[in-house]
Amino acid sequence: MADQEQVRAHRRGDGEPDEAPPPTPSAPTTQAKDEDIDAILDDIDEALESNAETFVRQFQQKGGE
Amino acid sequence: MTVHRVMGIETEYGVSAPSDPGASAMLLSGQVVNAYAAPLGRSVARARWDYEDEAPLRDARGWEMARSAAHPSQLTDESGGSGVEPDDPGLANVVLTNGARLYVDHAHPEYSSPEVRTPRDVVRWDKAGERVMLKAARRIAESPGLTPVNLYKNNTDNKGASYGTHENYLMRRETPFAEIVRGLIPFFVTRQVFAGSGKVGIGQSGETPGYQLSQRADFFEVEVGLETTLKRPIVNTRDEPHASADKYRRLHVIIGDANLCEVATFLKVGTTALVLDLIESHALPDLTIERPVSTLHAVSHDPTLKQLVSLRDGRQMTAVQLQWLFFEAARAFIDSREEDDPGGQTEEVLRRWESMLTRLERDPMECHRELDCVAKLRLLNGFRDREAMDWNHARLQLIDLQYSDVRPDKGLYQRLAARGAVERLVSEEEIEEAVTTPPQNTRAFFRGECLARYGENVAAASWDSVIFDVPGMPSLQRVPMLEPLRGTRDHVGELLDSCPTARDLVHALTGR
Repeated sequence: MADQEQVRAHRRGDGEPDEAPPPTPSAPTTQAKDEDIDAILDDIDEALESNAETFVRQFQQKGGE
Repeated sequence: MTVHRVMGIETEYGVSAPSDPGASAMLLSGQVVNAYAAPLGRSVARARWDYEDEAPLRDARGWEMARSAAHPSQLTDESGGSGVEPDDPGLANVVLTNGARLYVDHAHPEYSSPEVRTPRDVVRWDKAGERVMLKAARRIAESPGLTPVNLYKNNTDNKGASYGTHENYLMRRETPFAEIVRGLIPFFVTRQVFAGSGKVGIGQSGETPGYQLSQRADFFEVEVGLETTLKRPIVNTRDEPHASADKYRRLHVIIGDANLCEVATFLKVGTTALVLDLIESHALPDLTIERPVSTLHAVSHDPTLKQLVSLRDGRQMTAVQLQWLFFEAARAFIDSREEDDPGGQTEEVLRRWESMLTRLERDPMECHRELDCVAKLRLLNGFRDREAMDWNHARLQLIDLQYSDVRPDKGLYQRLAARGAVERLVSEEEIEEAVTTPPQNTRAFFRGECLARYGENVAAASWDSVIFDVPGMPSLQRVPMLEPLRGTRDHVGELLDSCPTARDLVHALTGR
């Protein structure tokens, strides 16, 4: 992990604060996030095609760029 | 040094018809383009593409490939290849009033965004492309007799085929191409930690169970080259500037994934623009890495971000740590200069880049509101926890695919966005406006406005020309636009306002 130390030391040398920068204002708290994920999964489940295997198998593309 | 630069993104969308799995992909793609263009009337549907200045076989390293040696798919200036009929769906090709190009590229509908100048505008007109595809799919679904199509903003079918999302950056011609290659390879190998869109399965056909950061990484086989459809290179050398060739080159970046997350797109182009500025300013340290192609694959295959990268000078570090070195070079260079940055997007890119790298080192899952590779993994892990599924389970592959569906009800990203579960940078109103309106500060303004105002008399257009067919004039009138920063609203807005007809405009421009 010497390399990791070196990178961090370099950052400090640049006058950057050692702590993480403040999270983006819209980032939820961990607790809210955990409550949220179940509701999200329920919502996603509703949108998923029911015939997963056939649906995935039939998605065949020609190569592009 | 800033993030301001002429740039844009072109995206080939995945296209399928679940009710008719055997349908021709080219036919479906032509249907998408025509369904979008038809209701816009003659103005848009009539304008053809002007291929005069295209040169897909010119190589940035200083030579040109013989046409006879090229794979047919490389002859992109012939559209559709040889032997196609004029009404072939493979030729469907329109220029939109927002300055974008919508056409069939190989077997995919492609939206090429207009030229913009800031990362935020890249996001805005890239998102407009998603809405264009959505409108096309809806119109097809509402048209009796047409086969409904699904459109996916992704880059692979996970069965061996890949299709591209290409970024374009205008650069100064005098910068030696070898320096661009040297600086970009280590950057491209490692930026996938935030720019990847995530994929279920390892390998070109997803044959090994697992999850990886990038849709595209497994399809890259060489370090540098001209090809885009086979032997794909980390740095593409196509030298087709669509501008004054003695002043500019257009860097054609083929290694990116199609991003749905606005922050991911913003960071991808913002950080790349900064690195290009470092290269042009000779301010980037030598970060050459060993075995770039296999390292590209290995970094993508480790979503825990612990994979080590070997530098030629002997150092070993993770991809995130190597990104820190790029960040620090950019931060130091900007701090050493005092330049105006109207709008502050340079600082925003740096702030987000730093925050992202900090959190990726601590726990990548902290970035689930901003990055596709994390947002997708969070959904997949959620279902894996609930239903105890292995990585090769069809439902996980379905989540991977449906994540990129452009429809608000079926697209999983779109559902996350509707719930406020991902961070947005542009409003729906801004995106809707960008569907029909061009950026004001590049030549895309002139192109888009010409289509909107004089579409009936535009015979053809391209990135660097508009061709008018004016009644009473004996020949077509071609207006070249070789300077990407001319033709802005400031430059031609008054002129256009003073010309009610195409004849007036041609007269004002040519004196004829």
